[in-house]
Amino acid sequence: MMANAVDYSITPQLRTDLRQWRIRALVAGVLGTAVSAAGFFAAGPTQFYRSYLWSYVFIIALTIGPLAWLMLQYVTGGAWGLVIRRACEAATRTLPLVLVMFLPIVIGINNLYPWPHAKLVAADELLRHKAPYLNVPFFLGRAAFYFAGWMFLAWWFNRWSLKEDLEGHDAVHTKMSRMAGPGLLFWGFSVTFMAVDWVLSVDPKWFSTIFGMLFMVSQCLTAMAFLITLMVLLSYQRPMSEVLTHRHLHDLGKFLLAMVMVWAYFSFSQFLIIWAGNLPEEIPWYLARLNHGWQYVGLLLVVGHFALPFALLLSRDLKRNFKLLASIAIFILLMRFVDLYWLITPSFRHDSFGVSFLDFTIPVALVGLWLAYFLMQLEKRPLMPLNAPHLEEVLEHGRD
Amino acid sequence: MNKPIYGVMAEFDNPSALVNAARAAREKGYRELDAYSPFPIEELSDALHLHKNKLPLLVLVGGIVGGTIGYALQYFVTVMYYPINVGGRPLHSWPAYIIITFEMTILFAALTAVFGLLGLCGLPMPYHPTFNVPRFAQASRNRFFLCIESTDPLFDHQKTCEFLETLDPREVSEVAH
Repeated sequence: MMANAVDYSITPQLRTDLRQWRIRALVAGVLGTAVSAAGFFAAGPTQFYRSYLWSYVFIIALTIGPLAWLMLQYVTGGAWGLVIRRACEAATRTLPLVLVMFLPIVIGINNLYPWPHAKLVAADELLRHKAPYLNVPFFLGRAAFYFAGWMFLAWWFNRWSLKEDLEGHDAVHTKMSRMAGPGLLFWGFSVTFMAVDWVLSVDPKWFSTIFGMLFMVSQCLTAMAFLITLMVLLSYQRPMSEVLTHRHLHDLGKFLLAMVMVWAYFSFSQFLIIWAGNLPEEIPWYLARLNHGWQYVGLLLVVGHFALPFALLLSRDLKRNFKLLASIAIFILLMRFVDLYWLITPSFRHDSFGVSFLDFTIPVALVGLWLAYFLMQLEKRPLMPLNAPHLEEVLEHGRD
Repeated sequence: MNKPIYGVMAEFDNPSALVNAARAAREKGYRELDAYSPFPIEELSDALHLHKNKLPLLVLVGGIVGGTIGYALQYFVTVMYYPINVGGRPLHSWPAYIIITFEMTILFAALTAVFGLLGLCGLPMPYHPTFNVPRFAQASRNRFFLCIESTDPLFDHQKTCEFLETLDPREVSEVAH
């Protein structure tokens, strides 16, 4: 009883293109990996792991961010959710690769964090006090718990979505929408603790209560910018050229604007409270980031991560223009790299601004490998959910 | 005998008939038209080309004015009139100003949106010629109306009525001033 006039499966032409993208991504990834591996010996393991950490946090955002959008669209409904659903599902299916990519952080734990060093901890009252939370076995146990939760959610939504394609939505759609609410709750907590564990504990004495929220919104922003770029690339060919219209893009563009604003709001809130308090245990974090050349990176973020995209995205016409919106999305993705670098690296380089060549090759390696795996997952299923409820209305929503 | 009228109006049963009629009228060349419906129809704005209006610009200007006033207010108070040393910070401590600047931006933008909307729509408007059509009360219940106004350059009482009749309406009526 398939009444669909449009065939959503991937056309042979698109499949050829996707394979081509995949090969390019894989080549970039492998070359990046080779150079980074050489860099491991040239620049030393400590530099390697430091460059690896912030690059990896970006990859996590590309994987876990879409998981949040996937669950959110089951909670809220809406046409925007159906057009990005398959891309979100494919992104969550990259979790096994992302888990493997976590291994260098486990191996380099002594190079990255001060708290696994028994001598340092013994000499410091505060670190001794935090040791029941900040110790290697508990750190790894928590990481395993986050991954287990994320992988369970990814498995759940992919499994039932496939079943919906085959058998219709009557039986299975509630399974997904009922899991979405609790799933989002788990996502919020896990991302908060993940941010504290993997990023904040680089500076174990510094704390910020909004840090987890900042990571939640950063992940959603990264994911939305990536999804918009992908949707625009897919929109040139069937089947998405039949589905995707400027109305869907307008909705996604609004989300992008909202996330840019929330990012600025959280970032500034954190800064304002610490700046106003000016307490000796809090302010050094910002002193490192607002001196020795790092302040220009911060300024670049104010302009490039907030002011410019904010002013441009206010325009309604721009949000409906495929190419322009994709350009801004790509620009925001670049700014996400800068933001993560500014957030993490000054903790290792208090004295002066600096960049290692590994800070370029490792992101290329990780993003290349991730993209290749993602594209492999994307082409496994039709680009639209075949039997989703309200599918016809979604298509109708796009028509003039 | 030709007393000037406001326009002619066609009544439709359902929203899609109204959207089609609006589209047809635009295609025919009519520009001074308005549609009336009990609920918002997104396609209708597209059919009537109603998306461009001055409101976004007004709101933007309102927001910028509000933000400037908010910032200036704090600057004059804390730097010029009551300079107080707070924890050794500079008098012109801009981070502390941002919240109020932001709130004033939102406040002015929101107020401009509300009053700008009322102003651009010409509200409050206790009288409108369309009220002269007895069945127009149905527009807030279950009927859909398209009115071609007499100010349209193509407007011709006879021909416009005939054109509206071709759109398969329930009824075409004249709207007196």
